[in-house]
Amino acid sequence: MQELDTAGLGSVRVTRKSDNVVVLEKDLATEQMVLAMGPQHPSTHGVLKLECLTDGEVVTEAVPYLGYLHRCFEKYCENVDYPAIVPYTDRMDYLSGMNSEMAFSVAVEKLLDIEIPRRVEFIRVIVAELNRIASHLVAIGTYGIDLGAFTPFLFCFRDREHILSLLEWASGARMLYNYIWIGGLANDVPADFNKRVREFVAYFRPQAKELYRLLTENEIFVKRTKGIGIMPADVAINYGWSGPMLRGSGVKWDLRRNDPYSVYPELEFNVAVPDGKFSDIGDCLSRHIVRALEIDESLKIIEQCIDKMPGAEGFDPKSAIPKRIRPKEGEVYGRAENPRGELGFYIQSDGKSTKPLRCKARSSCFVNLSAMKDLSKGQLIPDLVAIIGSIDIVLGEVDR
Amino acid sequence: MEEGKVYSQSVAESAAAYAIIKEKFGDAISAFDANETMPFFEVLDVARWQEIALFLRDNGKLKFNYMACLSGVDYPAEEKLGIVCNLESLGELGHRLAVKLKCARNGGSIPTVSCVWHTANWHEREAYDMFGMLFTGHPDMRRILCPEDWEGFPLRKDYKVQETYHGIKVPY
Repeated sequence: MQELDTAGLGSVRVTRKSDNVVVLEKDLATEQMVLAMGPQHPSTHGVLKLECLTDGEVVTEAVPYLGYLHRCFEKYCENVDYPAIVPYTDRMDYLSGMNSEMAFSVAVEKLLDIEIPRRVEFIRVIVAELNRIASHLVAIGTYGIDLGAFTPFLFCFRDREHILSLLEWASGARMLYNYIWIGGLANDVPADFNKRVREFVAYFRPQAKELYRLLTENEIFVKRTKGIGIMPADVAINYGWSGPMLRGSGVKWDLRRNDPYSVYPELEFNVAVPDGKFSDIGDCLSRHIVRALEIDESLKIIEQCIDKMPGAEGFDPKSAIPKRIRPKEGEVYGRAENPRGELGFYIQSDGKSTKPLRCKARSSCFVNLSAMKDLSKGQLIPDLVAIIGSIDIVLGEVDR
Repeated sequence: MEEGKVYSQSVAESAAAYAIIKEKFGDAISAFDANETMPFFEVLDVARWQEIALFLRDNGKLKFNYMACLSGVDYPAEEKLGIVCNLESLGELGHRLAVKLKCARNGGSIPTVSCVWHTANWHEREAYDMFGMLFTGHPDMRRILCPEDWEGFPLRKDYKVQETYHGIKVPY
């Protein structure tokens, strides 16, 4: 037998098993590569940077870097009057401005001791739920694009446009409304608003079903999302998850039901959770299904609100708004269910000033995103895209 | 999982939860502030915060499994910084309680609870970023929203913004 020449082979280990069997082992541990995903990456939904440590196609660790859209919301709040903060909350989560305004108003009203007219409450719930549908449509549409399905996105944006026109008709703006004010509304809804909303609901129900068939039950889509990024319920709670993310893990928890505010206790709706037949509980598909089911629930809520809403005779949307908004001394943590989860405001008032001493926004996506490090461990790079999409982040709210 | 209990608005339930904690920790925590909007107590012995947090999470009658919010606060009159944690028992007992902690304004530190509630990890980083208190034992104590070489802590009441940042004029 010829002697082996191992020079020049590098890190090759040679073992002679017998006279004519020689085993050559090359050390195949690949080099670790750092892959920066973002801040200008289409599937990070904004300016999020993920620093991924990769071993081949497998992500060993993904560290998020935030702050590219930080606009000092909390410092700004300390320098302006309470009503001037409302337009800023639109700019946090710009896909669901109405919900953010509502969360802030609910928080301040807890310190104010005023009674909100019933018609105001119903209008608030209608516009908030319309905005929730619009927001979920963006979430579902862009999630499809992330995973290579372009058509559902067009369906979603076509129907979202109807909602934005309705909200524009009521408030005068497409996305940044400044419509829900502390203690009331900027103005009453137009005379035919309820009729047009009812028409929209009738039009949209079949469209929502079609969208469900087109995307959620799509074989390719299911293959990309089922069993990916599973989050067990107890870990999700420990991470402070809320909204569709927490419900995707099978926890029936909805602030509209469990910490009721406004007129939600009077309305009938289901808290959507996946049943586990179609998806694995806690995976990306579950979170997507929760959003799809919530659209139906929101439509139900809107219809009930139109039925129950008191008439417009002698109605002044600004009747309960105090001349100067000066909350009593104290602290409050007020919150509401946003499309992305719990949006909370911790407000500290000294009782004398018309500006808050401290106003902290507890952003739902910020908290949901904080689990990224654990969620991404050992996933493939394409699955990482599926996971980020399922978290449904809006960087305006993450960075504030 | 069963549908969670409707979150209680009553201060009495928070007071009952507080009584259990007071019995165990005695002088380490302050008296109970039973206000309507946010009932809270303060941890006076800051060094025992981790131990208290674990008790809050794991005791069968408390089960504060969910940290809704952790906010940094500046108290310039007392020369102190602090944090406010809003805790609740999600899906289990449905009660809520806020906990406050304070530390020195310059070079103060508070033990981390990111090992008790994972969500505290980023909240604590944000509090450090904005106020400058350190969280001892935190696995990743870096700034989170501001750039890493930013000077000063923006949410302190006496904060003055720096003149230039890498040659760029900051105030405009």
